[in-house]
Amino acid sequence: MARKGITPFLWFLFGGGGMVSALLLPVHVLLFGLAFPLGWFEAPGYESLHGLVTHPVTRLYLFVLIFLPLFHAAHRFLYTVCDLFQVHGDRRTPIAVVCYGAALLGTAFAGYTLLTIS
Amino acid sequence: MSNPSQPPTVDLKLYRRPMPFGWWLENGAYFRFIARELTCIFVGAFALLTLDMVRALGQGPEAYAAFAARTGTTAYIAFSLLAFAAVLYHAVTFLRLVPTTVVVRLGGERVPDGAIAGAHFALWAVASLVVAFIVLGG
Repeated sequence: MARKGITPFLWFLFGGGGMVSALLLPVHVLLFGLAFPLGWFEAPGYESLHGLVTHPVTRLYLFVLIFLPLFHAAHRFLYTVCDLFQVHGDRRTPIAVVCYGAALLGTAFAGYTLLTIS
Repeated sequence: MSNPSQPPTVDLKLYRRPMPFGWWLENGAYFRFIARELTCIFVGAFALLTLDMVRALGQGPEAYAAFAARTGTTAYIAFSLLAFAAVLYHAVTFLRLVPTTVVVRLGGERVPDGAIAGAHFALWAVASLVVAFIVLGG
């Protein structure tokens, strides 16, 4: 398992990510996953969506919308896999490294993409 | 000689009752627990899809057109349906649990659980409307 020192911080990311996911992801999935592809609403064009995404406030918003849910998912997936397959103690460590490592990688890529998008 | 500044550590050998792999299928509560936990797969996947959309927008109109074309495929729509069900289930279960982690006191009185949960559900509705308004070009 992860060292005790960062465990509370990881639970904090789980909680924060859970809140962000609960409040914001349903409307995003509804719009970008269903409403636009199925033509319920006219999808915003490239120019307007590009203008929206490059706005500094939107960049910060999208970073939070990507980074926190990634850590929420990583944390919950780790505990679920360990519950399902009854993995205990130190045997959890490699799974934890993969889960949090993937979230960290996604966060770094999100940060880079949102900082450099023009 | 153990370090006196550290509490003594005891190496616990816990007995763990072996359980069959299908333990979570044994009753409805276990199943709902695992279903709730597995919503995280869709939460993570949709965060990555959002990142992919941002990447496509940054690479120009052609890349974005290719991204938009992928969202029209049957596989993407099927994924979105599952993802929508999952994030709704996550939202309802997560917001319902907020009163167990958040205790608010007003004038010495503890705010009832229902009011705290209700406020979060209202916040969910407002946030969704604001996002929809901005994205739809308000």
